[in-house]
Amino acid sequence: MSSIRSLTKKRLFLPIFSMLLVMLINVIYDVACGNPPLGFFVITIKNAVLYGRLIDVLNRGSEIAILAIGMTLVVSSSAGTDISVGSVMSLYAGVCCMTLAGFGEVNVSQYANPLLLGIGAGLLVTCICGLFNGFLVAYMNIQPMVATLILWSAGRAIGLLLCNSQIVYVRVPSFQKLGAYTGFMPTPIIVAAICIAIAAVILRFTALGTYIQSVGINKKASRIAGFNSAKIILLCYVICGLCAGLAGMVATSRIYSADTNNIGLNMELDAILAVALGGNSLGGGKFNLAGSIIGAYTIQAITTTLYSMGVSSAQAPVFKAVVVIIIVVIQAEPVKEYFKKVSSKRAAVKEATKA
Amino acid sequence: MEDNVVLKMQGICMTFPGVKALEDVDFTLKKGEIRALMGENGAGKSTLIKCLTGVNKFEAGEIYLDGCDAPVINKSTMDAQNKGISTVYQEVNLCPNLSVAENLFIGREPLTRMGTVNRREMNQRAVQLMKQLDLEIDVTQNLEDYSLALQQMIAIARAVDMESKVLILDEPTSSLDDKEVAKLFGMMRRLRDKGVGIIFVTHFLEQVYAVCDGITVLRNGTLVGEYQIEELPRVKLVAAMMGKDFDDLAAIKQEGSGDKQKEELVIEAKGLSHAGTIKPFNLDIHKGEVIGLTGLLGSGRSELARAIYGADRAQTGTLKVKGNEVKIKNPIDAMKLGMGMLPDDRKAEGIIGDLSVRENIILAIQAKQGILKKIPMAKQCEIADKFIELLQIKCASRETLIRQLSGGNQQKVILARWLATNPDFLILDEPTRGIDIGTKTEIQKLVLKLANEGTSLIFISSEIEEMLRTCNRMAVLRDGTKVGEIEGHEMNQMNVMKVIAGGEQNE
Repeated sequence: MSSIRSLTKKRLFLPIFSMLLVMLINVIYDVACGNPPLGFFVITIKNAVLYGRLIDVLNRGSEIAILAIGMTLVVSSSAGTDISVGSVMSLYAGVCCMTLAGFGEVNVSQYANPLLLGIGAGLLVTCICGLFNGFLVAYMNIQPMVATLILWSAGRAIGLLLCNSQIVYVRVPSFQKLGAYTGFMPTPIIVAAICIAIAAVILRFTALGTYIQSVGINKKASRIAGFNSAKIILLCYVICGLCAGLAGMVATSRIYSADTNNIGLNMELDAILAVALGGNSLGGGKFNLAGSIIGAYTIQAITTTLYSMGVSSAQAPVFKAVVVIIIVVIQAEPVKEYFKKVSSKRAAVKEATKA
Repeated sequence: MEDNVVLKMQGICMTFPGVKALEDVDFTLKKGEIRALMGENGAGKSTLIKCLTGVNKFEAGEIYLDGCDAPVINKSTMDAQNKGISTVYQEVNLCPNLSVAENLFIGREPLTRMGTVNRREMNQRAVQLMKQLDLEIDVTQNLEDYSLALQQMIAIARAVDMESKVLILDEPTSSLDDKEVAKLFGMMRRLRDKGVGIIFVTHFLEQVYAVCDGITVLRNGTLVGEYQIEELPRVKLVAAMMGKDFDDLAAIKQEGSGDKQKEELVIEAKGLSHAGTIKPFNLDIHKGEVIGLTGLLGSGRSELARAIYGADRAQTGTLKVKGNEVKIKNPIDAMKLGMGMLPDDRKAEGIIGDLSVRENIILAIQAKQGILKKIPMAKQCEIADKFIELLQIKCASRETLIRQLSGGNQQKVILARWLATNPDFLILDEPTRGIDIGTKTEIQKLVLKLANEGTSLIFISSEIEEMLRTCNRMAVLRDGTKVGEIEGHEMNQMNVMKVIAGGEQNE
């Protein structure tokens, strides 16, 4: 009993619990339908690549997970959200594909410029987007949501302009590779894993985490203590822009085209939700990156589960909303208080009966 | 309940994670009585008050309030207010972005017949209320446009206007000057005559004896005793608070003040200024010297120090540090030159509330080392433990969040943050505000010790005696201008007051 109580106090308990809850829904559904009960977890090799619902969650959840890294830092440092990341993803697609296709063409099967130049140009543009957002927030003191609203609406439009409002296809296998498979492993999983690992290493071995949290909790006091608060916030937005670029890279390669109208559409909301599901306060300050990433995959797990149940993509958002409400309510302070009360009452009763 | 008792608390117990904050504490307040609640930092004064007002939930005990038959448990401050208990906290807890009038009537705005807020009436009543306190300010301006002292007065006015049975003043005077304190005392006496019971928490012993009828003393979360003011002379009160006879503050001796002038110059400021807050000033500080900055609130004494440190960037003038001319744009530039500053507004500019004591202590060293060189965890713990021990910071562990500490202990943590950087030049802006008498002595001793070890200090305080004891030289400010310096034998209360007050006596 005491071990369970100490477990529930761990910071990652609720995000992991939410994740397990979604998995449990899968198991119950499979049992009800007469499928093997652990169908969700089965990983097989079909056509020499990994296959299974769990792999699907990890694969499709890559973009949200990458976005969640940047979003977590932005939320922590500036107590606001970067709502432009979806549009910035689409802008990456436009810049990258246009560079590779040589401006003007809309359907190529050969690179006009080297692949790395295309990716580099795309990422550079997204970093500049982050710089722009960060400048407005950190130096102009504009509220994050308003500042990033500009690129939320303009980013996608600039992408469309670049592509002359057409879908630009780059039909080259090496370009598709980032969205397809490396050996038997889906490449997006590898990309996300590398991003998460780099973020983890940076936070572990530099003082960036302390800087960001300190600035997020008390900007004025952090400045007096010797931190350049504005620079730190700017840096977080640039990192967020870079993450949006990397997520855009995966999304673009998946469909080997710059479908600027649809890439990253509403993705910013998923990224913000991932941060919240991870147990992070959207009011800034302390953050928990692992929580955000678990949150990101939880969101994808919900979507995948719904599709596997045969819910149509038009209806899925409704069911998704229901699950999200349940998860958010479980993590809400009053509910936690209630459970604490119940458990302490039970303990008191137990002691009374013992005596 | 007995006659003319307005509030009775019995057997209050309360624990914070790892710390027993209150243990079986009783408290009685009569109608028309001003009762001082005294104790050192962390004795449980603020906690007891928060239990009463519903901010903290206490585990055992009962509260009886005049006019309520059953024991009262307040769920929130709003609840407490409705029952007639209003509070002014140590730190201003109002909304800086609302107007003064809105702040005064928040939650109880006068309404029109349509159910909207009747702004005209609200503003009129606010003006009247301000007049009662002799404050002539524009009530439609935002609260943040006024100084901390004025904000504090407004917070008090708000509590006074609620026509309560019990008024709690939790260190209301820590940011007020003498004139404002006198106004406040006048108001307190008027309320007492009307039959309001007042709980007055303060660290200023003089104020207790000036205005209070009774004293309740707490120590380490337990009740020491409830006394009438005549029963407990000053020395006994201090002994009761500390649990031992203390070596009197006056025992601190000034040592070899004259020699410091011959030491090398650490800081040479020529014509530094910051628009709107401090006019151009010159200031030289020698190695191992303690300079006091004095003047009324808002005279520019904090601003002068801030201009040197780069907290407010100096717009004119030159600054030399150890003989080299330097440009300081941000505090970090000053820190790299060996400076440190403990700001006066602890809540807004000092603590990082949601970080632990350890993280708060290592913050400045980390900032100096830069983002890439993270201080290893073991080293962080070592530094934190060293200063918790050295400054006797009371906390459950080094991982306790700093906002859970009492005000005085928070101040010690910030002090530790700067001491950890081994500064050559340290600015202490009101380091002893809201701190008990024992810790005050410790801090003053520490200042002298640092100076002896060769650190130069700027020491700013509202208490002149405190500065007379610690400073080698004092600079006096009036209306944003440095009007004079006093040193050596001329340093006494009379002379300082004369210069502060103005006139030509400072020749």
